[in-house]
Amino acid sequence: MDERYMPLSLLPVGGIGRVKKLTVGGNIRRRMLDLGLINGTKIKAINRGPSGDPVAYYFRGVVIAFRSEEAAGILVERL
Amino acid sequence: MGLTSQSTGLGALNEIFEVKTESPGDIVVALAGNPNTGKSTVFNSLTGLKQHTGNWPGKTVSNAQGRYRYKGENYILVDLPGTYSLLSNSVEEEVARDFICFGNPKVTVVVTDATSLQRNLILVLQILEITKDVVVCVNLMDEANRKKIKVDIKKLEEILDVPVIATSARSGYGLEELKDAVARVASNENVTAYMDIEYQKSVEDAIDIIKPHLDSLNIDNLNTRWASLRLIEEDKTLLEAIRRYVPLEQKRVMDEKIEEAKALLYLQGLDEDGIRDSMVSAIVKKAEAIGDMVVHFDNKEYNRMDQRIDNILTSKHWGIPIMIALLGVIFWITVEGANYPSQLLATGLFWIEDQFTKLFIWMGAPQWLHGMVILGMYRTLAWVVSVMLPPMAIFFPMFTLLEDLGYLPRVAFNLDNFFKKACAHGKQSLTMCMGFGCNAAGVVACRIIDSPRERLIATLTNNFVPCNGRFPILISLATIFIAGSVGAFKSLVSTITVLGAVVLGVVITLAVSKVLSKTILKGMPSTFTLELPPYRKPQIGKILVRSLLDRTLFILARAVMVAAPAGLIIWLMANLSIGDLSLLDRCALFLDPFGRLLGMDGYIILAFILGLPANEIVIPIIIMSYTASGVMVELDSLDALRNLLVANGWTWLTAICTMLFSLNHFPCGTTLLTIRKETQSLKWTLLSFALPTMTGIAICFVVAQTVRMLGLV
Repeated sequence: MDERYMPLSLLPVGGIGRVKKLTVGGNIRRRMLDLGLINGTKIKAINRGPSGDPVAYYFRGVVIAFRSEEAAGILVERL
Repeated sequence: MGLTSQSTGLGALNEIFEVKTESPGDIVVALAGNPNTGKSTVFNSLTGLKQHTGNWPGKTVSNAQGRYRYKGENYILVDLPGTYSLLSNSVEEEVARDFICFGNPKVTVVVTDATSLQRNLILVLQILEITKDVVVCVNLMDEANRKKIKVDIKKLEEILDVPVIATSARSGYGLEELKDAVARVASNENVTAYMDIEYQKSVEDAIDIIKPHLDSLNIDNLNTRWASLRLIEEDKTLLEAIRRYVPLEQKRVMDEKIEEAKALLYLQGLDEDGIRDSMVSAIVKKAEAIGDMVVHFDNKEYNRMDQRIDNILTSKHWGIPIMIALLGVIFWITVEGANYPSQLLATGLFWIEDQFTKLFIWMGAPQWLHGMVILGMYRTLAWVVSVMLPPMAIFFPMFTLLEDLGYLPRVAFNLDNFFKKACAHGKQSLTMCMGFGCNAAGVVACRIIDSPRERLIATLTNNFVPCNGRFPILISLATIFIAGSVGAFKSLVSTITVLGAVVLGVVITLAVSKVLSKTILKGMPSTFTLELPPYRKPQIGKILVRSLLDRTLFILARAVMVAAPAGLIIWLMANLSIGDLSLLDRCALFLDPFGRLLGMDGYIILAFILGLPANEIVIPIIIMSYTASGVMVELDSLDALRNLLVANGWTWLTAICTMLFSLNHFPCGTTLLTIRKETQSLKWTLLSFALPTMTGIAICFVVAQTVRMLGLV
């Protein structure tokens, strides 16, 4: 796969990506969609928790923290 | 035939909400919105009810209702749970959606956050798809102004085609206009208009298959386009509701139509996830487009300040130390600041007692009456008030300040990894924060955790954080026995000791959560999304009023109500004797061997047992028991208390074991009742009783025996 594509969990703090695909299903997928994480959404990793997890992300004007498991289910294209 | 709450049997909803209409003319208004948009503030400002608000998502954990009058009409406002969406992912979303669909509110007010309008518009659009009897309230305009975010209200109103009102509910700005808009929409008779959102062609084709059939059924009030969409994505609740109206011979036809529509979508490569993705995307894109048109950022870096603060408050090296230090400062100010007013109150209240005594003597009242009423009831009461009121009046406002600023979600963020390792939910730390105030409140707050398993863990372990009723025990014992020998840095040492007790409580919570996750509540941590809302300027005035009136007085009143009868019981126990020993001494003697094993004595154990109604009265009971007559002595200083305790065989080990047991023992009566109510289960309630008690017994036993074995005492 192209090197620009990666799960959100691998996006370094300060990095900006664009959502390509949600690779999780079920409830967590719905939750992400409700938050507005559809294809093409710009998302920035802004802050890592004191012990490395969770990470706070900025998208659509709000800051939301995901644990690495959740972030791994979001495929992004690094910008 | 109308698809109303009564006719669908979804009338049960009205029971859940218990919408109390006093007269048929009452106008029911639903209040919806994303979490943390100031919805509760809008609710409070309109109705004058004091629902507790805080700057963290998911605060409205139960449904509140209030009423207000405007221009001669009665309005009933139903505060729905804060949700990001109406697509029923969680109980809260389902409740909110069902009420909007079937609860027949005359008007739905959607509260939105002006500083993140785009995201909020997703919910607005979802609601507009169901009904146009909507007023959009763009709240937090003051925050938006501060961040130089401009919202074109006129334009938004044009686009959405419903009234849009700009408000700052905290200062009351725009609320009259909001009431006026609600009244206008409520009196608007030509209803049944919806906003159509255009979906991709295959979804539109699928709608075209189902909608004509639904139209032919002639169900009143049913928005058939919206219903078709929900049937395509297999919304079971709605399907059930509609099936009730379908004549038997038509049921097969409807099922076939749904199958046909879904088959069409599958052929287009849309599976269940795909259908939903495409529907949500259409709405999100529309929200994005509208947002771009009406929101202007004069300062693109508007949230830079927040991020800078977060970079420090949640940083790798400083996040946790700052958190502990903040808590320490709060405790220190509480310990230091409470001293003087406590003494003043004690002096005052005991002066009043003297006057009462004089009155009793003057009236020639019998000794036993004076004993029961004054020495028993009044003195316990006076102790509880003078010891509890000052720390609470200092602690709660400071804590509310942190809450108002928006710091608490950062605590959850900082601690989440620990909770994850304990297979628990990061939001558990928020419920623990509430527990500092009152464990019963902490247990209720557990509703913010979606997953039942993690919610139960949080409920069962909430008691491991010391509540306000237990802080006086910790503070006074720490001051007497641990800081007592230090001299100069007394309050610093007691602060550190109390802080240590809290950290220990958190560690035990994590350990017990982990054990529960590995045994009776097996499972993996569920999904975690935590919104970190912008920091907000706290409203100092409101904080003072709210924390003093709502919290301090409430908890104090409860303590007082328990203290008076408890004082009476202790006095009676101390003064009624069986043989040559008073009832109190007999019970204590019986418990003594057990108490000694745990580094305490029988009186202390008895005090904890009698203190079941409220932890605040444990220390007064111990004092009353030691002064043989069952009478509280006038302890005008902690030195007097120290002398009394030492005279009764206390050492620093007794103090430590009492503190440990106070941290780890059964929850108070109110908390137990709350757990029973929240879990609807006697089994879990009993476990919540046994869990901390066993932990406390084990810890005290190990500490006491180790110290004794090492010959340290």
